[in-house]
Amino acid sequence: MINRFTLAAALVLACAAAQAAPHEKILANGLRVIVQEDHRAPTVVHMVWYRAGSMDEKGGTSGVAHVLEHMMFKGTRRHGPGEFSKRVAEAGGRDNAFTSYDYTAYFQQVPARRLGEMMALEADRMGGLLLDSREFAQEVRVVMEERRLRTEDNPRALVYEKGMATAFQAHPYRRPVIGWMDDLEHMTAADARDWYRSWYAPNNAWLVIVGDVGKDEAFRLAEKHYGRIPRRALPERKPQREPEQVGIKRIVVKAPARLPYLTMAWKAPALRDARKEREPYALEVLAGVLDGHDGARFPRNLVRGARVAVSASAGYDGAVRGEALFSVSATPAEGRSVAELEAALRAEIARVASEGVEEAELERVKTQTIAAQIYKRDSMMAQAMEIGRLEAAGISWRDIDVLIEGIRSVTSAEVRAAAQKYFDDARLTVAILDPQPVKDGDAGRQPAPASRH
Amino acid sequence: MKKVLAAASLFFLFLAAAAQAVAGPRIEHWRAPSGAQVFFVESRAVPIIDVQIDFPAGDAFAPADKAGLAGLVRGLLDAGAGELDENQLADRLADTGAILGGGTDLDRASVALRSLSAPREREAALALLRLLLQQPVFPATVLEREKARAIAAIREAETRPASIASKRFFAALYPGHPYGQSATAESVGRIGREDVVAYYRAHYAARGATVSIVGDLARAEAEALAQRLTEGLPAAAAGDALPEVAPPGPAILRIEHPASQAHILLGQPALRRGDADHFPLFVGNYILGGGGFASRLMKEVREKRGYAYSVYSYFQPQKQPGPFVIGLQTRRDQAGAALELVGRVLRDFLARGPDEAELRAARRNLADGFPLRIDSNGKLLEYVAMIGFYGLPLDYLDDFPRKVEAVTAADIRAAFARHVRPEALVTVIVGGE
Repeated sequence: MINRFTLAAALVLACAAAQAAPHEKILANGLRVIVQEDHRAPTVVHMVWYRAGSMDEKGGTSGVAHVLEHMMFKGTRRHGPGEFSKRVAEAGGRDNAFTSYDYTAYFQQVPARRLGEMMALEADRMGGLLLDSREFAQEVRVVMEERRLRTEDNPRALVYEKGMATAFQAHPYRRPVIGWMDDLEHMTAADARDWYRSWYAPNNAWLVIVGDVGKDEAFRLAEKHYGRIPRRALPERKPQREPEQVGIKRIVVKAPARLPYLTMAWKAPALRDARKEREPYALEVLAGVLDGHDGARFPRNLVRGARVAVSASAGYDGAVRGEALFSVSATPAEGRSVAELEAALRAEIARVASEGVEEAELERVKTQTIAAQIYKRDSMMAQAMEIGRLEAAGISWRDIDVLIEGIRSVTSAEVRAAAQKYFDDARLTVAILDPQPVKDGDAGRQPAPASRH
Repeated sequence: MKKVLAAASLFFLFLAAAAQAVAGPRIEHWRAPSGAQVFFVESRAVPIIDVQIDFPAGDAFAPADKAGLAGLVRGLLDAGAGELDENQLADRLADTGAILGGGTDLDRASVALRSLSAPREREAALALLRLLLQQPVFPATVLEREKARAIAAIREAETRPASIASKRFFAALYPGHPYGQSATAESVGRIGREDVVAYYRAHYAARGATVSIVGDLARAEAEALAQRLTEGLPAAAAGDALPEVAPPGPAILRIEHPASQAHILLGQPALRRGDADHFPLFVGNYILGGGGFASRLMKEVREKRGYAYSVYSYFQPQKQPGPFVIGLQTRRDQAGAALELVGRVLRDFLARGPDEAELRAARRNLADGFPLRIDSNGKLLEYVAMIGFYGLPLDYLDDFPRKVEAVTAADIRAAFARHVRPEALVTVIVGGE
């Protein structure tokens, strides 16, 4: 036991000693610039994050944050549609973007000497997006195809979407990030323009740069390219807190599939103050004890031992702007019912609540956390993502070590207390996939038409 | 005219700078006393090591009536080894902080380990890796459980349009060839413990194995490590020969499905690893459908018409000719129109090849962007393992930018003409009207 504890402690020290911390500067227009130097290869990651995600949307325009993300590639006053990606590609780079409940983010990975060009392009679309109506009409069709691909034809994604819509009645996490199809069908270019004008401002954004560039050079380039974009007043954000849940919620989702699938989500506290709070760390360790590695309780007891599940997972993310959930999902083994599976999942949590967890289990989870932190340093993208996502949740990169120390100091008693406190039915939403048969008919094999060539 | 000249000379300056900056990493190679081939890159930037052992034991080596055997054998290596059962193995590995990875593809079975490089954690993790490579137990009860899980996954996949399309596509491209077979509930059901043990003995020999090591250790340590990992592997090797591929005739398969989108795949067997046309096809495919928003398929299908979120093409080089693939998903009522458009883009590309501006843009992305392909140990390991397993030249990475720069439009046209025959395309459409 003692050995393992020392291992974890020694690793933290090695980790902290080996890498210099990031640097931060705030420009006069409110744009925050965070630079992590990493000189192992002549490449750099450049990311811009906006504190504008689907949780900031209004009813009737769900999905507009994500549609705007698509439109950011469709031309500015200076550059034509598609030219952004074309220029990144010709600089030897890759680019993409992603939208979540809490944020929208854009990134380029390029040879380090092209960083200035990337900033020029990104700054151009921070202030000068065109949002042409014809481009919009075309692109919103692409987004509908994306929704069909990711959600409509994906039974487990449907369970997640309907589950979130059930767990939350007031909080905006009830709306899917990609938007309801009906809202997409009725979305207009004006909706996208409103969104862009409301949220795309330097004082609502932060820049994350990781790679082969000196901090002074990175700050100089950021000042040069982003410094002139004026600060703007941002709309008021209402808290939209979820009223207290007063009893269990259950839904059934019918979709074409063979196996049932079960997901259970309990309302749990989010991490607001990395230095003062304890419960979010305990919940994260609990998720690790249940499903953090191949020897954890779910794979050991449910998949390998009782064979009640073919797969089972647990997750908790406290680093969110809105409300947090602790969720477990599982697929029953052949011949086992969803009810049996639900009972088995509940029993695992109940056992932690009554007996706590062993020291060895606790140490194993902590070792995973610390090792993962070191492995992250192999990837500039992973480092940039970590900084960006924490900032999105209102947690400073300066607290990364505090977060790790928070995990490292969790006791068995804290895990047990969290398991006792947050898993009653009044906090719970259960969503079950009821598989519907798929008619898999062969419409026939035909010789190719001669006109093919 | 003057402007063009100035641009051209700037261009060359950039090139010279790029060529200086991107010398590939030094791959050291030797044969361990065990007979395994070893490929090693020392990289001290992060205190970690990555090890991957590849065996010619991929899905294509399993008998047709027991398709799925290769994946099961690989998956069961850590289901008990030496004196340790699966739970003890999992716990001890977790204690070290190491991550076990790998799996099977058509040609390879891979076992990968990422570990901290600190001596104590590293030695403990590698001892476990050695144990599960050399002394797997393959307990009968675990085999039955894993078969049941595999069958559940197969049955679930049989309801999903993307999985159905992929399965039918490979079967149509490779009739009677192991590349065309996929695991079914029946084929997995037939697998017994004796099959698993025999497959391991025949295909997990040191003499067919390649060991790739990237990370924070010295050559001498890597030599000892590679020997320890491979010295106790089975002696006999079944070899790595696979049957020749007979090109299939053209076909269109339509499979009904209620999904809101049709899933479409087009392609044919096309390319071996190490083929002399590799770079012209790679650069050409970037222009056709590999280069994301820079590609013709993306421009025509997505940007201009909004038919699809995802449309792409790629070559998948294998030991025997692996497939050329074009794929997309589109709302079911527009499947016909989208397919017609894709066919037009492909035929036009094959007939005329890329224009000079497209070729220039592709070269810039692929040559200048080369450092992005190897800027982490994780990415580098994939290349080193591929170079080692397929016997590619050790200077493959050094040569990469230069080979890209050398590709001409005529090379691309000629290479596509040799490898892609539009009159023999196989098309699979799952769903749609």
